[in-house]
Amino acid sequence: MKAPNNSSTQLEPERYELSAPPAYHFGLPRRDFFKVLGGGIVVFCLLDSPLAGQEAGLARRRPDESLPHDIAAWLHVNENGEVTVCTGKVEVGQNIRTSLTQAVAEELSIAPGSIHLLMGDTDHVPFDMGTFGSRTTPTMNPQLRRAASAAREALIDLAGEAWNVDPAKLVAASGAVTDPETQRTASYAELTKGRELAKAIPAEDPLTAAAQWKVMGKPLAKVTGRDIVTGRHRYPSDIKLPGMLYGKVLRPPTFGATLTSLDTHGADAIPGVTVVHDGNFVGVAAPSPRLAESALAALGATWKSPPQPSGDELFEYLKKNVEQGEDRDRHVIGSMEKGLADARLRLEQTYTVAYIAHAPLEPRAAVAEWKDGKLSVWTGTQRPFGVRGELAEAFRLPEDRVRVVMPDMGSGYGGKHTGEAAVEAARLAQAAHQPVKLVWTREEEFTWAYFRPAGVIEVSAGVSSDGAITAWEFHNYNSGAAAIGTLYNIPNQLIEFHAVKSPLRQGSYRSLAAAANHFARESFMDELAHLAKMDPLEFRLRNLTDPRLREALEAAAQKFGWGQAKPQTGHGFGIAGGFDKNGYVATCAEVAVDPATGRVKVVRVVTAFDCGAVVNPDQLRNQIEGANIMGIGGALFEAIKFENGRILNPHFAQYRVPRFSDAPAMEVVLIDRKDVPSAGAGETPIVGIAPAIGNAIFAATGKRRRALPMAPEGV
Amino acid sequence: MAKVTELLINGVKYSVDVDGAASLLSVLRDDLDLVGSKYGCGEGQCGACTVLLGGAPRRSCITPVGDAARKPITTIEGLEKDGQLHPVQQAFLDEGVMQCGYCTSGMIMTAVGMLKVHPDPTEEEIAHFLEGHICRCGTYPRIIAAVRRAAKGLQEVRL
Repeated sequence: MKAPNNSSTQLEPERYELSAPPAYHFGLPRRDFFKVLGGGIVVFCLLDSPLAGQEAGLARRRPDESLPHDIAAWLHVNENGEVTVCTGKVEVGQNIRTSLTQAVAEELSIAPGSIHLLMGDTDHVPFDMGTFGSRTTPTMNPQLRRAASAAREALIDLAGEAWNVDPAKLVAASGAVTDPETQRTASYAELTKGRELAKAIPAEDPLTAAAQWKVMGKPLAKVTGRDIVTGRHRYPSDIKLPGMLYGKVLRPPTFGATLTSLDTHGADAIPGVTVVHDGNFVGVAAPSPRLAESALAALGATWKSPPQPSGDELFEYLKKNVEQGEDRDRHVIGSMEKGLADARLRLEQTYTVAYIAHAPLEPRAAVAEWKDGKLSVWTGTQRPFGVRGELAEAFRLPEDRVRVVMPDMGSGYGGKHTGEAAVEAARLAQAAHQPVKLVWTREEEFTWAYFRPAGVIEVSAGVSSDGAITAWEFHNYNSGAAAIGTLYNIPNQLIEFHAVKSPLRQGSYRSLAAAANHFARESFMDELAHLAKMDPLEFRLRNLTDPRLREALEAAAQKFGWGQAKPQTGHGFGIAGGFDKNGYVATCAEVAVDPATGRVKVVRVVTAFDCGAVVNPDQLRNQIEGANIMGIGGALFEAIKFENGRILNPHFAQYRVPRFSDAPAMEVVLIDRKDVPSAGAGETPIVGIAPAIGNAIFAATGKRRRALPMAPEGV
Repeated sequence: MAKVTELLINGVKYSVDVDGAASLLSVLRDDLDLVGSKYGCGEGQCGACTVLLGGAPRRSCITPVGDAARKPITTIEGLEKDGQLHPVQQAFLDEGVMQCGYCTSGMIMTAVGMLKVHPDPTEEEIAHFLEGHICRCGTYPRIIAAVRRAAKGLQEVRL
């Protein structure tokens, strides 16, 4: 892997590298920086912990290479007392622009409205691997807090110097430093006036404890809310440049097809149209989107398609096509033979999960511009630096000749880690010698993006006469290894992930395979509970000592009234729990099954969630509610249908996503652990919903559904 | 289809020169740079492109601009008056609805159109009206709460 390249034309962070900086280091070569930003105070947050290094993509270097100090983020307080914060993280709907603003407001003692976050612009922000894995809250949030805390200390020191007072006696609040003894006060703007101070801080600076938080730990409304409700916010697909053309790409009829002939006469005859043919890539650029569509339609192409697997043979295919290699992900404790010998009851089952689509409401979009040998692309992606790398590779450019800008986008859910539209728009713009905008159609997004992996999961276990699980074997084929391990106390385990060459292009999806592995594990736990004639909650608690998951299960059960009321006829209750990415979740669901149609309606959901100290309770609730609703789609009806290299349902009319009528009544229980560092929360809440629904369907009907989606046509 | 040369959008006359068959959404976004109305599917399946045509919600992605030429068009950009948000816009903020926000303008436009003819909808009626809209982030319960809040606010203004 290439080392991250932090250089840029305006900022050269490596020049600011310091290992153990003094409190101030006024000799830093800082002119470029202040030329761009104006005077004030700038604080660089250095990356020097192994964890932080991993975040910035340094961990894959050879261990004998000394890790250079690098910058995770920086923060500038200007001469008007306004704060600009730069981070490589991006806003995709998880509302980190808001939660990170809270982090800075907390430590800098300034109103959130005075803080501006510059995110995901590769020319201006420090390198970042990408926004995924629920990493922003556990890593970027503390880094920004450290930078903000250092800036606050610098401002206090400036006031102390000016007033000839011991800085330890001064306090910062509401964007000003005050001397409580004399009531003398100076705003941050007054303190930074005419200054050019730079400070670099290590990652270990102390932070305000969660119990003392004033801004964090409380709701703060989405900071860009007004721009969104007025339509002013420009998403990637809303970007427009002067003289911009509109692009279209000719898609092959199937995956893996090769272009065998191309007739461009018709398209070439349309005035203003540029046709690009480069290997298998065929596209057009035109002055209007309508002309681009006409030009595309006028192309005559023939393709050769290879035969490939279809959906009806998918699970058989996955079992038969395991990749053999050393990378086997196998985890063994004790002995399965001994565990099964100790068991009175034994069970084995197979679960399957379908490929599903992220279907972000904003499809992939990019605007590309070549100017003076430099390529700039505005695009929607969770990995701006990754897309910069893709572009550099595609066009054989050094990375400092490529800029990627990522305006807050219309969601991703793990589905926009790549830069397909960016590369395509850039290729068209290169040929047309004008900026080109390319917005994928919904059909393109459903077909040419990548999917949540399908998988087969085989589970077998033994249970002793007193309800203890004695043996646990778990095999996941293709879907993934995330959260494949179990938190239940089982002395004998064999857990293995089997990689398969996927028939369809696959990639990250909210929580990765944690949702699939929890579906299998928590459905199977329910099956074991019924086999052992125990209540499903009681059976789980019987086999669980982890205090945080126990607390989540008990909290959800209590709020739901588990074990209290009986479900009405045709209804059923289900429960499931889980753990991933330092978040603990428990979900209770009530479903109603229509006796005539078999249609399943999720009536009520209670989710208890513990992700450490809560940063923004309202936004956290929003994420949990949204995860439940999104999860209902994958649980009940979402599935990509495909045949011989074609997607058969690439439209919302054919691929059903959750709608208003699918939303259940929801209650969220937040377990706010002020004593534990905050974990991310965009993903883990989704893992409980599918098994809770499946278990509720079983309770309602006696029918066990072991395939996701469980009820596309009812049960 | 005949050329369209003029559109009345948010009370302002715009000169255009487009074929009447072009989609209203494309003309709004690409010709006039009114990008608050969003492309989500181009097939009338997601509601992100919704505008008011003669006061009624319409999917602009499947509305030929020729059909919109003689009626007043309202887009999300036209709801705020003198710095004052429309009550539905304000309610979306007050209920903390948005995650990515990409569906928001379409949701708001349908809600505004609905409240004109159904000033006091129940939660079920709101869900029914908005069923054709997709919020992939799953903020449906908050959208319903926001529309209820806006309806209550609008009624108090009338009383």
